[in-house]
Amino acid sequence: MAFISSGYNPDKPMENRITDIGPQKYDKFYPPVIAKNKGKWLYHEIIKPGVLVHVAESGDEVYTVRCGGARLMTVTHIREICEIADKYCGGYVRWTTRNNVEFMVDDKAKCDALIKDLEGRKFDGGSFKLPIGGTGAGVTNIIHTQGWIHCHTPATDASGPVKATLDELFSDFQNHRLPAQLRVSLACCLNMCGAVHCSDIAILGYHRKPPLLDHEYLDKMCEIPLAIAACPTAAVKPSKVTVGDKEVKSVAVNEDRCMFCGNCYTMCPSMPLADQEGDGIVLMVGGKVSNRISMPKFSKVVVAFIPNEPPRWGTTTATIKRIVEAYAAGANKYERLGDWAERIGWERFFDKCELEFTHHLIDDFRDPAYYTWRQSTQFKF
Amino acid sequence: MAKHATPLLDQLESGPWPSFVSDLKQEAASRAKNANNVEFQVPQDCVEDLLGVLELSYKHGVTHWKHGGIVGVFGYGGGVIGRYCDQPQEFPGVAHFHTMRINQPGGKFYTTEFLKNLCDLWEFRGSGVTNMHGSTGDIIFIGTSTPQLEEIFYELTHKFDQDLGGSGSNLRTPSDCIGAARCEYACYDTQAICYELTQEYQDELHRPAFPYKFKFKFDGCPNCCVASIARADISFVGTWRDDIKIDQEAVAGYVGGEFAPNAGAHSGRDWGAFDIQKEVIDLCPSQCMKYEGGKLAINTKECTRCMHCINVMPRALHIGDDRGCSMLVGAKAPILDGAQMGSLLVPFIKVEEPYDEIKEVIEAIWDWWMEEGKNRERLGELIKRQGFQKLLEMTNIKPVPQHVQEPRHNPYIFWKEDEVPGGWTRDINKFRERHQR
Ligand code: HEM
Ligand code: HEM
Ligand code: HEM
Ligand code: SF4
Ligand code: SF4
Ligand code: SF4
Ligand code: SF4
Repeated sequence: MAFISSGYNPDKPMENRITDIGPQKYDKFYPPVIAKNKGKWLYHEIIKPGVLVHVAESGDEVYTVRCGGARLMTVTHIREICEIADKYCGGYVRWTTRNNVEFMVDDKAKCDALIKDLEGRKFDGGSFKLPIGGTGAGVTNIIHTQGWIHCHTPATDASGPVKATLDELFSDFQNHRLPAQLRVSLACCLNMCGAVHCSDIAILGYHRKPPLLDHEYLDKMCEIPLAIAACPTAAVKPSKVTVGDKEVKSVAVNEDRCMFCGNCYTMCPSMPLADQEGDGIVLMVGGKVSNRISMPKFSKVVVAFIPNEPPRWGTTTATIKRIVEAYAAGANKYERLGDWAERIGWERFFDKCELEFTHHLIDDFRDPAYYTWRQSTQFKF
Repeated sequence: MAKHATPLLDQLESGPWPSFVSDLKQEAASRAKNANNVEFQVPQDCVEDLLGVLELSYKHGVTHWKHGGIVGVFGYGGGVIGRYCDQPQEFPGVAHFHTMRINQPGGKFYTTEFLKNLCDLWEFRGSGVTNMHGSTGDIIFIGTSTPQLEEIFYELTHKFDQDLGGSGSNLRTPSDCIGAARCEYACYDTQAICYELTQEYQDELHRPAFPYKFKFKFDGCPNCCVASIARADISFVGTWRDDIKIDQEAVAGYVGGEFAPNAGAHSGRDWGAFDIQKEVIDLCPSQCMKYEGGKLAINTKECTRCMHCINVMPRALHIGDDRGCSMLVGAKAPILDGAQMGSLLVPFIKVEEPYDEIKEVIEAIWDWWMEEGKNRERLGELIKRQGFQKLLEMTNIKPVPQHVQEPRHNPYIFWKEDEVPGGWTRDINKFRERHQR
């Protein structure tokens, strides 16, 4: 493994340094049919799950084939995607805002050949490399985060639960049978990097034990005031602790006030809180970002805890499946999951989805909690 | 022969959805074989060790990455996330495993030539593992060592004319929906302004100067395909001010069953024949549509531009011609004081190069937040702490009813002294002249 220089000179680091050039300009990468018709599209159709056609004022058409992507992908896989794009799409390809891959061609015959090719590609283990779907009133890719692959604050994994959930919901990735599109997302801790607070169904990693305190190192590794300011419930305060025969500056955590968010650990490496039995998953539902009919909504907590069950998180995926089926059976056409739950009432939502209602689901965070209780005699038995 | 046994991860190779485990294994095998004689600059077996450490996490139910990590390239204060494994003896291939953020192109369109170049670079100087893409938008290169960071940056900038993305307390990488490039609903060119503002604010993106992170996202219409309203401190959502364009012939096409509603999005189930009254008119949130005598009419003045009717009948209904965007501010995740979505600040603004009016709003917000924002306080939290009125004052925007969902119901109303005749300086003795003690 001999070191090979790029030309960078570590003795004169600022010499020949190029900075602030930003990204590549978007239009360098447009396929010709996109460049020509940009801003002049008339309408579109979804020909079948995963396949769209857009028709321009000029009469030009562009066919798009949307394929599932694992998001975590290797250069070997990206090169295979490039090979397909070279073969059918003139060397152009794009990714969506939900990490699906889209291949575009300008005529129907090429589109059919492309689809046939894509359907035949599988990994050695048997999974599809580029399954076609993700359009219309179905389930599309799951927006997710780093998990145990790369982050230090997770309470669950990301790639594993996502794979397990999408295996369970796979038929809805390739179908349009739901009342409206159903967006699932996952965050492995409540920093919620991504779309967990605004998705139809959200999987959220959660801790249930207060942080451990590494008193011996805490003052050396942390800015104590930052750790104190990091706590939403003011559970952290400064303290002096005797370690061996030395008195050191540290913090104390009022365990009755801690709700295990982990934000103090984000700020202070000496306050770890991950735990095999304590950690697990919270399920939230009913969020959306579009303004269609109803306004955007936050997702709400409906299952307070499911244990981590690597590698396939069976209870989590089974619960999600039950919610999807209840929604599919109960909602009206165009109704998002949150619209449905609000129309029938949350008490009825819990019945239909066969979910237990526990005290954890009642908001108790500051003043706004009051507005989530029921100031009315209107309810269903 | 794999370096570490992965009985738990192996169970994620079955099932139809693309398996990240199979993909990682194929990369590990490709590095082991090294058909192209690449002089790998990080351990050849790093992907094996990544699988090994992940398997250990599956066994222990906890992460095996150490806290934090501060690395980077000279001249920048962000763009690289340092990462170290907490079991370096067992998994030396991932002892250092830093992430680099590469600023993606608008709409995430690529040529294969560009992608293949990036792949060659990343296979040579990194693990060959990526995220396509991070949720902010960047291409994420997962896993390289500290000495490679400058080398990769040098090649990126010198050979590929490509910069890093953002991280830290600064402007993060902006991103956009596909917009006008391939969507008939786009009310402005999301890619053009996203690119222009990314270039304009390169300094703010690469060198943290803010109280906390700050994000821009650009949606071409209120469908919000890049979810700007939930995931950006300033969300730009396209809209229009004039009439929805109605093609009555095409409306008849929908009513007659010639065109599928919602472009065929519900084709997987029999919902009965299209019923324009039930599926469009009755669902319009402002009840401003009617269908009489075979003609569709919209009372534009009452339309809130929710997109529903256009989404259902894309061939018959089209966005208006007087286009621009709304700007909403303050979206954030729960930490610390609760999640927020963007709140409407500018109901309508034209989106035209060189975007001066929009830049004025952005910079006024920054001036205020950079001065007043506390350490690690998001814009949304500053607005809560100092009040929406303060935001209006600092951006010189006149309060209008559109700024609220509803007026306040508590009467704890602040007045400024100069709004009240006579001011606040009063004499108790004068008061006592009329009201005895
Ligand atoms: C029928 C009209 C619609 C059209 C033509 C349309 C078009 C598109 C396009 C072109 C994309 C890919 C964008 C990109 O990745 O950059 C997309 C993705 C998306 N759209 Fe829409 N959209 C429509 C309706 C909606 C509606 C009604 C919603 C929400 C209620 C919505 C939410 C989204 C979301 C969340 C994505 C990301 C999906 C993914 O990448 O897999 N869209 N849409
Ligand atoms: C612990 C392990 C961590 C890993 C593996 C990690 C990795 C990543 C990755 C891959 C992204 C996507 C980037 C993009 O799309 O541009 C990301 C985004 C982000 N990370 Fe981290 N991160 C970690 C820790 C942190 C910490 C400690 C913070 C803040 C205190 C943080 C804040 C963020 C934020 C705010 C984003 C979204 C904004 C952005 O991408 O620019 N992350 N992270
Ligand atoms: C108030 C605090 C935070 C808010 C509002 C927030 C919000 C977000 C949002 C909206 C995203 C999606 C990125 C995008 O689409 O722009 C994101 C991504 C991310 N954030 Fe945060 N975040 C917060 C705090 C943190 C913290 C404290 C961390 C880490 C400790 C973190 C780590 C990340 C990571 C890793 C990602 C990207 C994940 C990926 O792409 O794999 N965030 N954040
Ligand atoms: S959600 Fe939490 S654990 Fe997951 S990547 Fe983001 S910061 Fe890390
Ligand atoms: S985990 Fe959260 S609630 Fe508990 S002490 Fe830390 S910051 Fe406070
Ligand atoms: S946000 Fe609107 S303009 Fe942008 S891709 Fe989605 S539907 Fe089209
Ligand atoms: S856009 Fe929405 S509010 Fe406006 S007419 Fe159509 S359905 Fe009604």
